[in-house]
Amino acid sequence: MELDHHKGVARHLCGECCTKLENINVTLDGRRVLEDISLHLHCGELTTLVGPNGAGKSTLLRTLLGEVPHTGILHFLPVFGHGRPDAPAMGYVPQQLEFDRYSPISVLDAFSSALSRWPVALWHSRRHRQTALDALAAVHAEHLINRRLGELSGGELQRVLLALSLTPVPNLLLLDEPVSGIDLPGRELFYRTVSELRHDYDLSILMVSHDLAGITAVSDRIVFLNHRIVCAGTPAEVIANPEVRRTFGLEISDSPRA
Amino acid sequence: MNTWHTLISLLPFEWAQFGFMRTALLAILIVSPLFALMGTLVVNNRMAFFSDAIGHASLTGVGLGVLLGMANPLGALVGFALILGIGIIALQRFTRSAMDTVISLSMSFSVALGVVLLSRGGNFNKFSHYLIGDLLSITNQEIAQLLVTSVVVGGGLLLGYNRILFIGLNESLARSRGMNAWWTQMLFCTAIVMVVTMNLSWVGILIVNSMLIVPAAGARNIARNSRQYVLYAVAIALFSGIAGLIASYSFNTATGASIVLVAMGCFVVTLGIKAARSASPIR
Repeated sequence: MELDHHKGVARHLCGECCTKLENINVTLDGRRVLEDISLHLHCGELTTLVGPNGAGKSTLLRTLLGEVPHTGILHFLPVFGHGRPDAPAMGYVPQQLEFDRYSPISVLDAFSSALSRWPVALWHSRRHRQTALDALAAVHAEHLINRRLGELSGGELQRVLLALSLTPVPNLLLLDEPVSGIDLPGRELFYRTVSELRHDYDLSILMVSHDLAGITAVSDRIVFLNHRIVCAGTPAEVIANPEVRRTFGLEISDSPRA
Repeated sequence: MNTWHTLISLLPFEWAQFGFMRTALLAILIVSPLFALMGTLVVNNRMAFFSDAIGHASLTGVGLGVLLGMANPLGALVGFALILGIGIIALQRFTRSAMDTVISLSMSFSVALGVVLLSRGGNFNKFSHYLIGDLLSITNQEIAQLLVTSVVVGGGLLLGYNRILFIGLNESLARSRGMNAWWTQMLFCTAIVMVVTMNLSWVGILIVNSMLIVPAAGARNIARNSRQYVLYAVAIALFSGIAGLIASYSFNTATGASIVLVAMGCFVVTLGIKAARSASPIR
């Protein structure tokens, strides 16, 4: 696995290892959640994490965010981003944003409060409004700028969060089941947007998904995780793995479930 | 100060002829916007119960101040409230217990301790003005104090407004952007302690939290973004502050409580506006 991990990297991109995880172990409440995870994420590459429920997929993302105590080495490409010195500029779209739906926080408020220190309680600078508009336009959501976050539908909210996570463009984008609870057209739009982004910005994307049917077409690499890495490789390789086929029920009917 | 008194005494109202009323009015104009601004963040970040605990902890602060023989227990008050507030946040973070349980426990402890300390020798009545507060006894020197702390805390709140708002929205999201939730929460907690304890003697322990929460809760019913939220909260706080003061003069009631009742009235009005809005087909 170590030897062939550069396989599948698109030719025109740098293909460098942007983020390296070496022998990561995570124990939560005495239970080993992640075991000896070694994984390299490349620039311009979309890696998808699949696996059964409770396999530690979200924990792996939260480890990268620095929220989970772990052993092993996390190595990020040194960049001068907006993050902490030991972490690259990261974008993160949570599985389901847990927030108070009745908060009077508009989409523009969310952008401005993340981007600047000028209090959104007073007024917004023209510059940040334009930045927000541009970012939203990239995910076809500029019409949502003055809406309250709590009013948005699931798909709209995910797109707004994606736009926010890309402002400014990070080196590493973490997406935790970004399409759960979104209808099929919404999913397709989301995947198309993400797929375009990795090529346009040469950023590494790590996405957790249950939607095997949807991701095989857009992923450069799939990692099947069940506390440890069971198998990793190109979509075709991973789909051929017997354990993957068993978990996703591919033995019974030949087409992947939607 | 003199200009203020001269100007207000020109108003054609009976209450405007009294020096203590003019001073009280000035105090309200200074602190209402601060209460409202802070309230919007407290409500957004679901810390209403937390600030309530801080208010109640002041009882123990007063008790400790008396025990230590302080002439003015303000130091003990701020100190104890700060320790309790930081303790609550730390306890919640490290034990991962439910916030309301942790707060309820701390509040039970501090109120019980406060009552025990103050009732020693059967003199609790001596301290009952801390429960109800007395705005009309506010002095010019206290006004100066209020002005300074309000400007400092208000400026700090505005500086940290975006950060507190974003961390309140979702902590993981904030962390991914390199924001430090722990320090922000600590500084916000300090600001809450400052505002609550500085205003305690004139608002009273029992209702100091209502001054924070009610205007923001009302504004929340009708605001569609952060700017409107703060604007409406400040408007409600100023209106109920002035109306409550005049009402307390006319009916000879405690000022703080009268202000809160007017603010509650405003809250009901905003509920009505919200209901009317969602009932009408065009928005």
